[in-house]
Amino acid sequence: MKPSVVIVDSGSANLRSIYRAVEKTGFRVQVSASSAVISRAAGIIFPGVGAFEQAMELLRQRGLAGSLKEAVLEGRPFLGICLGLQLLFSESEERGSREGQDAPQPGGLSILRGRVKRFPPGLPVPHVGWNRVFLKRPHPLFDGLPEGSYFYFTHSYYIQPLDEGVVLTVTEYGRPFASSVARGNLLGVQFHPEKSGPAGLRLLANFIRIVDSQAEVFSELREGE
Amino acid sequence: MLAKRLIPCLDVRDGRVVKGVQFVNLLDAGDPVERAAFYDREGADELVFLDITASAERRRAIVDVVRRTAEVVFIPFTVGGGIDSVDFMRELLVSGADKVSINTAALENPSIISEGARYFGSQCIVVAVDARRVTALPGESPCWEVYSHGGRFPTGKDAVEWCREVERRGAGEILLTSMDADGTLDGYDNELLSAVAGGVSIPVIASGGAGRLEHLVEALTKGKAHAVLVASILHYGTYTVAEVKEYLARQGLPVRPVSSYQF
Repeated sequence: MKPSVVIVDSGSANLRSIYRAVEKTGFRVQVSASSAVISRAAGIIFPGVGAFEQAMELLRQRGLAGSLKEAVLEGRPFLGICLGLQLLFSESEERGSREGQDAPQPGGLSILRGRVKRFPPGLPVPHVGWNRVFLKRPHPLFDGLPEGSYFYFTHSYYIQPLDEGVVLTVTEYGRPFASSVARGNLLGVQFHPEKSGPAGLRLLANFIRIVDSQAEVFSELREGE
Repeated sequence: MLAKRLIPCLDVRDGRVVKGVQFVNLLDAGDPVERAAFYDREGADELVFLDITASAERRRAIVDVVRRTAEVVFIPFTVGGGIDSVDFMRELLVSGADKVSINTAALENPSIISEGARYFGSQCIVVAVDARRVTALPGESPCWEVYSHGGRFPTGKDAVEWCREVERRGAGEILLTSMDADGTLDGYDNELLSAVAGGVSIPVIASGGAGRLEHLVEALTKGKAHAVLVASILHYGTYTVAEVKEYLARQGLPVRPVSSYQF
């Protein structure tokens, strides 16, 4: 049986685009907000657009935070996209205003250590448009993609991992920032592969291949349980 | 470095593209979905649909176009024209549009900008501004007045001030059309562009007046625009997307090259 890839229904409006884009790569996927389905998935795509705090709130309401963490801890291939990447971190500067310093900063899933920061003043924000992505080390997620390929970004906040070692690519906007991360099978991209034309579709297909290559290992593990 | 964007704009009426010629390899150049997919393949960076339907069927027709486009287009696309409620925005975004562009509704009820930004994020909210130059006395600095209802009614608002306000209210981008330059093919109003781009920190998309490739370069350099909206020069087959991008690159502008492969 083909391994199942699930797109997590995180309440964001762009689910349909991601669904179509993955389908276009020739693989079957399913969109779900069920923690039972996520717990069985061989691979997980975790998209998100919108605000950090509301997205976390929705994950808690739907009881998904636990199953997402579990999937990552088990080492199942996991791809966070845009806010879905940012939510992997411990905390974000994103909030309505700068006042209320006593209020705690919104907490994320805390799967990766580090912060989500706002781009400094002086740059047009949001960072919107096509920008180049440079690899710090080779990775199967970027198979077949030329160095410095363009991807479509649209975001006002960027990630700052505590552990530099997880940074997979950097992109220049005012200064270099981490545009994707990889730690084992945990992957995350700040840009939108589903809106990045042929390069983005290639990256999604690469992710599915990673799921495919890992699925056997996991099914064996499960049978042994 | 962030690339300068080339954005074809498709005017749609009753679910059909208004401008353009028959292209080779296109069965139906009047079908907005086919045209959108064509420009995606050609290497356009984004697309804008401007719905100019006047009938009561408008909403259903454009939602259908959006739905079908989202099936086959894998670059961002924006929909504008007659969007007057958060509810309509949601319908378009859920149907697959990446951004919505609001114009008259924002002028009549500016809080729609902040509501849209709060519900969907600033990255989804484009405010379109139609501006016309006000005759300046000698020695006065130039200024522009904002018009509503597709350029029919003057609003008394100063374009630069209004753009600052829409930014404060949470707009993610400004689509700025010079009514003086629109349709002339004589070039964008670069003075207007740079006045607005210098006054806000969100990206400004230049619209109205492109007839030659130099015009695009001027809007992106002198006008300080982040992106250029084009219609005639692509729709009538004067240039291909690849030709435009090669030209911009030769002028030293950062552009996303047309992909060497199709997926």
